[in-house]
Amino acid sequence: MQVDDVIWSVINSQFCSYKVKTTTQNFCRNEYNVTGFCNRQSCPLANSRYATVREKEGVLYLYVKTIERAHTPANMWERIKLSKNYTKALEQIDQELIYWPSFTIHKCKQRVTKITQYLIKMRRLKLRQQPKLIGVKKKLDRRELRREEKALAAAHIERSIQKELIERLKSKAYGDAPLNVNEDVWKAVLDGERAKEKIKEGGVELEDEESEEDEEEENEFDVEYVEADDDEDEEDYGGREFVSDDSAIESDGAEDLEDLAGGDDRGTSEEDSDDSDEENKKPARAGTKRKAKPPPKRPTKRPKKGTTIYLHLPAPLADHLSQGLVWRSKWRRRRSHSQKKPYCLGEVHPQTLFTRVHEIINYTRNYFFGGFFESIRTASFENT
Amino acid sequence: MAPSRFNASEIRNKMKREEIHRAAKRENKQNKLKRRLAQAEVEKKNPEEKIKRLATNVPKTQDNMREFDPSMLTANPAVSSSKAGENEEPNTEANIDIDNDPFAAYFTSEADPSVPPKVLITTSPKASRNTYDFCDELVGIFPGAEFIRRKKGKGFEIGVIAGWAAGRGYGTMVVVNEDMKKPNGITMIHLPNGPTAYFKLTSVQLTKEIFGHARATPHHPELILNGFVTRLGHAVGRMFQTLFPRLPEFEGRQVVTLHNQRDFMFFRRHRYAFRSTEKAALQEIGPRFTLKLRWLKRGIPAVQNLGAAPPPLQLASDEENEEKEKRVVPPATDEYEWQWKPELETTRRTFFL
Repeated sequence: MQVDDVIWSVINSQFCSYKVKTTTQNFCRNEYNVTGFCNRQSCPLANSRYATVREKEGVLYLYVKTIERAHTPANMWERIKLSKNYTKALEQIDQELIYWPSFTIHKCKQRVTKITQYLIKMRRLKLRQQPKLIGVKKKLDRRELRREEKALAAAHIERSIQKELIERLKSKAYGDAPLNVNEDVWKAVLDGERAKEKIKEGGVELEDEESEEDEEEENEFDVEYVEADDDEDEEDYGGREFVSDDSAIESDGAEDLEDLAGGDDRGTSEEDSDDSDEENKKPARAGTKRKAKPPPKRPTKRPKKGTTIYLHLPAPLADHLSQGLVWRSKWRRRRSHSQKKPYCLGEVHPQTLFTRVHEIINYTRNYFFGGFFESIRTASFENT
Repeated sequence: MAPSRFNASEIRNKMKREEIHRAAKRENKQNKLKRRLAQAEVEKKNPEEKIKRLATNVPKTQDNMREFDPSMLTANPAVSSSKAGENEEPNTEANIDIDNDPFAAYFTSEADPSVPPKVLITTSPKASRNTYDFCDELVGIFPGAEFIRRKKGKGFEIGVIAGWAAGRGYGTMVVVNEDMKKPNGITMIHLPNGPTAYFKLTSVQLTKEIFGHARATPHHPELILNGFVTRLGHAVGRMFQTLFPRLPEFEGRQVVTLHNQRDFMFFRRHRYAFRSTEKAALQEIGPRFTLKLRWLKRGIPAVQNLGAAPPPLQLASDEENEEKEKRVVPPATDEYEWQWKPELETTRRTFFL
């Protein structure tokens, strides 16, 4: 027997499989529910007189349930097709549900409106092209990332670009008077080609070049005798060498060092007149010999940061220096292959050179002469 | 040195085991060093030895073990060694094919070769900052490029825009796709009639992110396309070529490179200077990015349900009718020439470009 109140009390207080409980409100999942809420009025199970609107493949139907058909569940719902015309559909509802509670009529009409709207939207969306969504495949991305890294490493891009550019240059892809090539380089390219042609013609004289090379080698050999260490060769450009004679140190070693200090001080303060001054002073420095190459004639306003300075000292003095306070760990103590230059002050900045040399002078002076030159030294430094 | 009767791993005292292991390792290293020094000594005296060693001692790489693809435009590396003389013109058919591809018009046209082709650059809808920055870089790369913001609303599908662009004389359209607020793909549409290529875009580094980069000048760059060997690869390379004017301005000393290695295309832009006959110095201008081909379609992108065009307005004189721009209608369905699928990569040595 159909008793709405009993059904509702069960649904409401005990259990309903269509009920969806949330914190604020309970919803109904039954397809025939006209509002979607779980309450007495809109429950399709607990109302023996009920009406709703449903859409099936774009067509609207009014579903009506009455108490007279309650005993035959198969025929319980009466289905009435609604017109495609919105206003006509509303009129149809009015006609079919005449004398029904206004709640039902109102909700059914609302539902017609909503369904009509979403059908319109569906049709519109269907006409427009939607972007195609593609899933992100993390594993694939990761794999390709690794492979990309490896491919990049294998590509040697810069090298291959350089190779290609050189090839273009040599194959004269840039024309006979290229705008992107330095004149010297272009000349060299042309010379290279001529040389090749000559080779093809037969019998090339490379003797000139060879002889030049020989001369160069000889020169190098000469220089090698003067230069201190092999590994300093490249850095030697901005560097200087100060060399003192072994025999001179006993008599006027300290003076030499003073000279040296003064000379260098001049070098840093008055760069412009560097060369001429040194030439003037040359006769005065009889005891010292400048074995190194003459300093390069570029302005030494900003000398290289690490300038290697070699001090050639007699063995007893050098030993004392190395034990004394003066010798710092920063100053690399090195025994070079030629016995003439037993010690080197590695990497001394020209600006700090003066103080370092001063320290050495002080030390040697104290060691040998016991402060005899104190007054002279101070006076001379004040002058500079 | 480890005594030979012991296996170091069998010693149960950890300290001892480690000690012996270390000694053995050191000895091995020393031996190796000695061997290599001796080798270097020999090769210094006798450079031919080194040439000989390098000739015989070629490491196997994915690149030189690559599986032969019949569409490769160079001869089969496996066969070529035996009968190199026979295959003087291995792919005449392919050459004819290439000469008649959609890009042929660019190479054969009578137009001034120093005029850059027009390139339209746009983004996917609702792009963000990163993508716009990237597009700015792209505009700087292609001499004839123009950036236009993607319009909102319906009716601005890629295919539709491509049709308009073709009508307005653009040579190529580039659409930068973005995902998660970062550019992740490039669709390159050759106009007026395709093909369309989609590339995965990764490892984007903009100019300002490159340390010590040079500044670009407006000169037309040279182009280097490295490592494209198959028919498909050539199509991609030629497509890229059509983005630049045919005649570079060499005084700019700029070079744009698309280097294909194992199907990854590395884009770089440099300024170069020839230091000597054997040495070229490079300074990078940027940006850097990597492309990977995902698919190639025959035409311009399809537009489904393109609204039927309204009937043309009837005008009194017919002359004006003729003058109006020619309309390029996008196709209704896509036709893939090639599409990447994971199952295509049966081995690591299979490459397509």
